[in-house]
Parts: sequence; structure tokens; C-alpha cells
Amino acid sequence: MSAFSALRPVARYIRASRMVAICVLFLLLVALVALAGPLLSPNDYISTDFDNRFGAPTMQGMQFFGTDEFGRDLFSRTLLGIQVTLFVAVIASIVSLGIGVIYGATAGFIGGKVDAVMMRAVDALYALPFVFLVILLMVAFERNFLLIFVAIGAINWLDMARIVRGQTISLKHREFVDAARLIGVSTPGIIWRHITPNLFGVVVVYMTLTIPQAILVESFLSFLGLGVQEPQTSLGALVNSGITHMGRAPWLLIIPASVLAFILFCFNFLGDGLRDVVDPKNKT
Amino acid sequence: MLRYAYLRILGAIPTLLLVIAIAFLMVHSAPGGPFDAARVLPPEIERNIERAYHLDDTLFEQFTSYLQGLWHGDLGPSYRYRDSTVSELIAGALPLSMKLGALAMLLAVVAGVSAGIIAALRKNTIIDRIVTGVSMVGISIPIFVIAPLMVLVFAVMLGWLPASWAGSGSSDRLLMPVIALALPQIAYIARLTRASMINIMSSDFVRTARAQGLCTMSIVRYHAIKPAMLPLLSYMGPAVAGILTGSVVVEEVFGIPGVGQFFIRGALNRDYTLVLGITVVYAALVIFLNLVVDLLYGYLDPRIRGR
Repeated sequence: MSAFSALRPVARYIRASRMVAICVLFLLLVALVALAGPLLSPNDYISTDFDNRFGAPTMQGMQFFGTDEFGRDLFSRTLLGIQVTLFVAVIASIVSLGIGVIYGATAGFIGGKVDAVMMRAVDALYALPFVFLVILLMVAFERNFLLIFVAIGAINWLDMARIVRGQTISLKHREFVDAARLIGVSTPGIIWRHITPNLFGVVVVYMTLTIPQAILVESFLSFLGLGVQEPQTSLGALVNSGITHMGRAPWLLIIPASVLAFILFCFNFLGDGLRDVVDPKNKT
Repeated sequence: MLRYAYLRILGAIPTLLLVIAIAFLMVHSAPGGPFDAARVLPPEIERNIERAYHLDDTLFEQFTSYLQGLWHGDLGPSYRYRDSTVSELIAGALPLSMKLGALAMLLAVVAGVSAGIIAALRKNTIIDRIVTGVSMVGISIPIFVIAPLMVLVFAVMLGWLPASWAGSGSSDRLLMPVIALALPQIAYIARLTRASMINIMSSDFVRTARAQGLCTMSIVRYHAIKPAMLPLLSYMGPAVAGILTGSVVVEEVFGIPGVGQFFIRGALNRDYTLVLGITVVYAALVIFLNLVVDLLYGYLDPRIRGR
């Protein structure tokens, strides 16, 4: 079983529907935008222009999205927001992936009582209002960027752990695992060398579901003013400042809000379909 | 059933303690004390302040005394609102937040279940497509996007409903916050209900009922609805957590003086005890409601008790 064979039904799924193709294309575009960031705009995201506050979207000077309360170019700021939001989300997903894979693979592989206790703990953690704990963390430690990644990653690993555990259980009775054990490979060695590589397909699919969750938490924190700080920005922070001025300049709210909504919708739509492909039992 | 209930209640206590411990440790491992921002004080006075707030005890002593206070409903003094204790602040704001949350929950269940059942019975028709599509959108769009857009459209542009809490009548000012808070949950519940209803409607006992000549309405009413609601019950825990989190946003957007507002103010002002207190109260609430759901589940579905 190669690491990529699990992705074959995924490729078939992507080719099957037009809506899926649109979402994939849109997300690829977003990824490109996120890589380039504010460089794509001729204006920078930081310089203020008090003669041009709340400028409406215009082609003039390439200010496609208008200007904000300080006369800063909203197009550049939205590009920056996409970049920051996606960056945080991807790093956070990698953190949650790390924790989830190790935890799930361990529980699934060892099995028995250890597994029961570990999964009971996951069940207990599921229902907690995690966002409150993250905010607490933000309050306790200065709002530093690194902490946002870690905090979001630390709350998002539960799903990953559950799925990985299920996969591990189905993998551990395969012949190659017995063979490895026969020649004396240790348990951590088997988990690392033989189980985790085979989890690749499932994990990639689940990333499409953890990334929107991470985006949601990040933009929630930024929305509350606890996330990314000025002059940096993220989509959540842009929505937040858009609310303050929505009576006067509705585009400050509508544009970042729709960008955020589209990104989340596409991730969720894709992730949902992909999950049904790799985990038909969970079909909704 | 008793044994099951006993085990579940016993299991909830360590979870709660763990959450309190984590939250407490987070706050207390914060660099810098709560009074660092104030002007520089003579060392004797600083020591007195620290003694008054028990900041000179060891961490473990502080934790046990916090737990003791908690047992008596005392969450300590607020660091920013000097005149009131955290318990007073929460007690003052909680009824409004609970009202908001309960109404949203009620709306979410009623609307979500109805939409889900209709979609399931009309599977693969245009109605079903609309319900699935709308709920996908509802799940994707975060509440802090929906709520301000609602204000923009219904209050600022159309002027149908009041934009803010202050200075408006009592019933119409609740309408938008409740709907905004309920929307994502309606979407989730509709999806869950649809899936489980489709599952149940294709099961053997429904086929038997059909063979006996029962009409669809009475099959749904007398046979299908009960088993179809079981998966929904286990979603109630996460739903409550989602509503509590959402209420922070909704209260901020609509300017509702509830617990969520205090939470944000506390977080921005670094009012440790207030933020800690609200986290603990909300965690306790969520754990308690989860326990209730677990017990209900065990009562309704005997198979689960053995596990």
C-alpha cells in the first residue's frame, strides 16, 4: 500500500462535480494570493492618507476595495489579511496534526485499557468550551503570534486523533506490521516507520477540515481584538473594524466578510465531500 | 441505570477539576502581576496589596483557597471593577445571557429539526437541495460575519429592527441576537436530523409499518422520530458550547450587557480573576449539561449503559 493510494478516490471525487472543481480552483487562487500577499497590490497596506478616508471602491489608483478609516488601501490590507489568516491556519493545522497523529496512533496501536482511557479523555475534552481557554491563554501571555498557532493547534487535534486511531486499528493487523514485529522492531519504531506513513491519505483529507476550523478560531480571536495586532491584520480583524464603520462605509465590512465566508465555505464543502470518500461510515 | 448514572457523575468531577486547574495555572503562570501597570509603589505597600489578594502564597495554596472559595460560590475580587466581586458581576449578567442562549437553543432545535425532517422526507428534491445547501452555507459562515451583516441589512439599511440594545423595546431587540446566535446551530441540527432521518426511514421497522399501510405522517410521528432524535441528543453538548462561544460575539455586536461582554472587557483589560471566573462558570455549565445529556441518552437507549 503506497502512501498515495489513499488519495486515488480523492482525485476521482474532485473530477466528479463542477462545484468541487470551482472550490478547488478558488482555494488554489487563495493559496497563490496568500503566498504573494500585499505584493500583488501597487499600494502598500500601511501608509495612511487622511485626505482619502473611507474612499469608495474605485479603479483609480487601483484601490479596488476602497480605503479604510485611516485612508489605507483596503485591497492591500485584504491581501495581507488572507496571508496572515491562512498562515496561522496552516501552522495551527500542522501542530494539531502532529499531536493528533501521535496521540491517535499510540492509542490505536497499543489498544486495550490504554486506548480506552485515552479515548475517554478525548470524549471528555470534546465538549469543553475551548475557545474560552484559548482566550484565557491570550490574556495571560501577551498576544504573541506563536502562541496563537500553538493554542489553536492544541484545541483542534481531537478529530484528528479519533480518525487516526480508527485507521491505526485497521492497519495494525496487517502482515507488514506482523513482519516488522517478528524481526524485533520496537513499538515506537513500528508506529513511526510503518503506521504513520500509511495514515498520509486520511490525514491530508482531514487537513481540509482542520484548516477552516483554525481559520475560524483565529478570526474569532482577531475579531475580539485578541489576535493579530495593528498594523498587521487578518480577515477577522478586518471584519471587526468594518463593523465600526459599516454605516458610513459598508464595503469595509462586506468585502473582508465575504472573502472570509467564501474561503470557509470552500474548505468545508471540499472537506465534507472528501470525508465521505475516506470515511463512508461517517456520511451525513 | 443507577450504576451508569453513578459512573457518569463520578466521571464529570475530575473533568471539571482538570479544567479549573488548567485555567488557574494558565492565569497564574502569566508573566507580570495584575498591578504592574499601576504607578510604582513603596515595597511595603506592594507587599500589603499582595497579601490582601493572597499573591504571596504558594501556587498550591492559592489553588486550594480558590477551590474553597469556589465551593462557596466566591470567585474572588475583580481586579478592574474594584467595587464588586467576580461572583456579583457574573450573577448580574448571567440571567440575560442565559435567556439569550436558551431562546437561541430552542429556536435552533425547532427550526433545525423541522427543516431536517422535511429535507429527509423529500430527499433529492429541490426542497432537500435548498435545505442542504443553505445549511452548508450556515455552517461555513462564522457568527461574527452573520451578526454584523444582519445589523447592516435589517437595522442600518432597512431600519426594521433596532441596531443596538440600549434605548429600544424589549422584544424586538432580542429578535436579531437570538436569530444570529441560532443560525449556525440550525444548520448543524438540520444536517444531523436529515442524515439520521434518512437512515431511519430506510430501516426494517419503517418498511414493516409501511407494509401495514400506515401513512408517512404517522410513521414519522409514532415510529421514526424517536430513534432519529438520538444522534441529535449527543450533539447537544457541542451545541451548548457553540452557543456560549457565539454569545460572546453576539453580545459584543449588539451591545448586550451579558456575561460575554464582561468576558471581552476582562480579556482586553487583563482582569485575570474575572476571565478565570467566567471560564470556570461556563466550563462547569457545559460539563453539567453534557452530564444531563449523557444521562438522558442512557435512559433512552439502554444499549449505551453497558459501556
